Amino acid sequence: MQKVRGLVIKRAGELLSDGTVTRVLGYKCGDFFYDVTPAFFESADQLSDLEYGSFCGANLSKYLINACKDQKEGKILVLLKPCDTYSFNQLLTEHRIDRDKIYVIGVGCKGMLDIEKLKAMGFKGITKVLDNGDELDIKTIYGDKKCKRADALLEKCVCCKGKDFKAFDEVIDVEEPGEKGADRFEGVALLENMTSEERFAFWNNELSKCIRCNACRNVCPACSCMKCVFDNPVSGAAGKVNSNSFEEKMFHIIRAFHVAGRCTDCGECSRVCPQGIPLHLLNRKFIKDIDELYGDYQAGEEVGSRAPLVNFTFDDAEPSIVHERGNE
Amino acid sequence: MQRIGVFVCWCGSNIAATVDVAKVVESVKGEPGVCFAQDYQYMCSEAGQQLIINAIHEHKLTGIVVCSCSPRMHEATFRKTAEKAGINPYMVEIANIREHCSWIHKDKDEATEKAVILARAAIAKVNLNAPLQPGESAVTKRALIIGGGIAGIQSALDIADAGYKVDIVERSATIGGKMAQLDKTFPTLDCAACILTPKMVEAAQHPNITLYTYSEVESVKGFVGNFDVKIKKKARFVDENKCTGCAVCTTKCPSRKGGNEFNCNLDNRGAVYIPFAQAVPNVAVIDSTRCLHFKTGKCGLCEKVCSAGAIKFDQQDEIIEEKYGAIVVATGFQISDVTKFDEFQYTKHPDVITSLELERIMNAAGPTKGTLLRMSNKEHPKDIVFVQCVGSRDNTARGKCYCSKICCMYTAKHAMLIREKYPDVNVHVFYIDVRTPGKNFDEFYRRAVEQYNVDYIKGMVGKVYENENGRLTVQAVDLLADRRIMLETDMVVLAAAIEPSSGVKDIASMLTASIDTNNFLTEAHPKLRPVESPTAGVFLSGVCQGPKDIPETVSQAGAAAVKVVGLLAKDKLVTNPCTATPNELMCNGCSSCERVCPYGAIDYVEKEVNDHGKREVRRLARVNSALCQGCGACTVACPSGAMDLKGFSNRQIMAEVDAICK
Repeated sequence: MQKVRGLVIKRAGELLSDGTVTRVLGYKCGDFFYDVTPAFFESADQLSDLEYGSFCGANLSKYLINACKDQKEGKILVLLKPCDTYSFNQLLTEHRIDRDKIYVIGVGCKGMLDIEKLKAMGFKGITKVLDNGDELDIKTIYGDKKCKRADALLEKCVCCKGKDFKAFDEVIDVEEPGEKGADRFEGVALLENMTSEERFAFWNNELSKCIRCNACRNVCPACSCMKCVFDNPVSGAAGKVNSNSFEEKMFHIIRAFHVAGRCTDCGECSRVCPQGIPLHLLNRKFIKDIDELYGDYQAGEEVGSRAPLVNFTFDDAEPSIVHERGNE
Repeated sequence: MQRIGVFVCWCGSNIAATVDVAKVVESVKGEPGVCFAQDYQYMCSEAGQQLIINAIHEHKLTGIVVCSCSPRMHEATFRKTAEKAGINPYMVEIANIREHCSWIHKDKDEATEKAVILARAAIAKVNLNAPLQPGESAVTKRALIIGGGIAGIQSALDIADAGYKVDIVERSATIGGKMAQLDKTFPTLDCAACILTPKMVEAAQHPNITLYTYSEVESVKGFVGNFDVKIKKKARFVDENKCTGCAVCTTKCPSRKGGNEFNCNLDNRGAVYIPFAQAVPNVAVIDSTRCLHFKTGKCGLCEKVCSAGAIKFDQQDEIIEEKYGAIVVATGFQISDVTKFDEFQYTKHPDVITSLELERIMNAAGPTKGTLLRMSNKEHPKDIVFVQCVGSRDNTARGKCYCSKICCMYTAKHAMLIREKYPDVNVHVFYIDVRTPGKNFDEFYRRAVEQYNVDYIKGMVGKVYENENGRLTVQAVDLLADRRIMLETDMVVLAAAIEPSSGVKDIASMLTASIDTNNFLTEAHPKLRPVESPTAGVFLSGVCQGPKDIPETVSQAGAAAVKVVGLLAKDKLVTNPCTATPNELMCNGCSSCERVCPYGAIDYVEKEVNDHGKREVRRLARVNSALCQGCGACTVACPSGAMDLKGFSNRQIMAEVDAICK
């Protein structure tokens, strides 16, 4: 992906210079090489800091909401990986961003790495991770190590949506088009096979770790409300999720309901959770149910598509029918 | 803080036998805001209402909770009571402790506990109620009738006679419906055409009635008093104003392979046809799926022979837009699919027919010119077997659970007519029960049995098959004699179940009128509002609401007409104040609400907002309160909770849930 990085910097520099765009929304390294954060670049010479490597998992779509609202002149260049384009389209569908203000460069991706997985494998003091085809060469202060690339992928990359860009103005890609990832509903199926007591125990355990840092909500492209119900004292939801240990879990349940049908399954919630809660499973359960009850639907695949849960049609199944099929 | 009065109704023993009303009164006294609580035997009675009025005055009440029957029953009653006592009618809440509690529980302790909880929820809601003011909307003084059978025609005539404009939309090329296909009608045996066709002509000539035949309702928008309807007038390829109905084209048309629907496909018609001699309008129509000109570009014989120059091959479908104040659904019925009952050999043997087909065979204008003949060999039959309840009162997947109601009587009619005209023919009727309630109905049936010697056998037919003599063998049981019967016959007539017309589901969806599991339209109240749909401004006429015979259909059609006239006579309608409103500062402009709105009441505007000092132009939802029916779908779809329903705000509903879970 180093090649892509070079091409992106070159092309972004051109577009900044000729005035097509006035700023670039990309990635920048933090204190560590794997600690990559979203960043804006406003001139060609700042671009030397632009990072595009194996740790650029973040989905940049949501940052466009505020960027579109600022009063600055000119267009915003944004780097979107194939999976990020779904969230981008969903935000367009919901009128949260302005397509005319945005220039999308689709950037090729072969799957992003999860530093937490590497650490969990026992690698300490990592100084560099080199991509060597199917293997990773891991430089640490304790010497060089190796591991399989597939074992270190982010959950969302394990279940990759494929390499198609659903929105772009141009594409910079040097990778071979890849296959779609594993079945994303495997984890959901495991949960569905549990008894309700087991499932309750599972979620009780997972959600008890929640520290209500709101990272999942803040990163979620579907959570883009002007005023979130959890920040709104009159909504009745804010107080509830704080009142006791169970109702705190309501936060995640309410949030899953709020994004149901609009969630593109970008996996950002689980990626940013500092407690490692598999929040994507809640969303995927909704996606699976919606697919089964109303036919396959992928949010963000097309701009303007109507999600089954927020669409009135004369052919809508009666609630009793949905209920019956739901019991199958 | 509200001052709330709680009034617990016994409903005689309906509630009091299962719910300890005194205990409910005691339990709610400590609830927030409650400063008065009392029970009474019949709260809806004049004395009960006076009790409420007195309490409002005496205790300076600002909110009322009535623990009684469903709000569908008496919410309006108690709102009026509150208004009489000087408080806003929308400060009344009903806790349904009858349908939701006493009627469905047996244990008194449990039911009482539940009644208290329901009361508590209503109290929590009233604490957050605000006075609401209904608006007004105008009434378009024009009615639409969907369906031009006897039900539609009768409703139209009654409304038109009262002085209002009426349009009838009929999807076939003529009005008249199923009744036009009938030969004679029970219990008087007068000819259907003789009593129907004058009405058809009257409808066509009435200055207040416009007929749109060969037309379908394309879309319905709006609400009671103000429906916007698009009607698709399908191309007949014949100029209605020029065609004289001479029928020369219909006799010359060379494409004669297709069946004639009016005669139940027992004979054929041309591609250009007039459905029957007394059709209204008496205008030909070209069936483009069968016409050689449309298929091959050649022929055009009808155009050559038409002296009026009425044939218009280039005619297009036309969309007519019209406003209506009220809509009557009179879509009627069709014969249910008997091919599923193959034990009767309907699909295999031409001498096994449905009753409607027999009706055409008996009719002088029918395929046999009114002579009773076997369709297989055109010979005179010696025996006829009638099988009742084919698909009716049948709980299996292929049948209908309901009684089609008309079959017993028309079968008796057929049996009698055949015995009268052909005394040599033996008639056997297999039945489950003979149901003949109705004026002069049982006498009619008795006449068939006693005077005409029709052989009624209680029992069902198991099988029909062609035997070696070229006749049909009917295998059945006689339940009363407890024996198997093998009967040889020449014809078998199936009294097939009737079902609502195809397409009624689409009509119901367009009108947001509800239908039951059998696709019959639901009435607002089965006893007290039988001709009104639960959707305001939509009325029901005829079999679309449930099986009925002609006299019943005509009475219901008249009743629906009266309801329509009552509505159109008003200059203004009071609108429902419980409509949705968006909070502009919270609205994301995401379009979720607009997409779930069944009434098209929501659109978006770009508007500058002042969000705590921050001014910006945002895309905001806007509700047209005239179109909003208060269904609440948008409030649920809104992710940020910006959309709220007056009278059912999110806070109120949360308060109710909290009160229930307390």
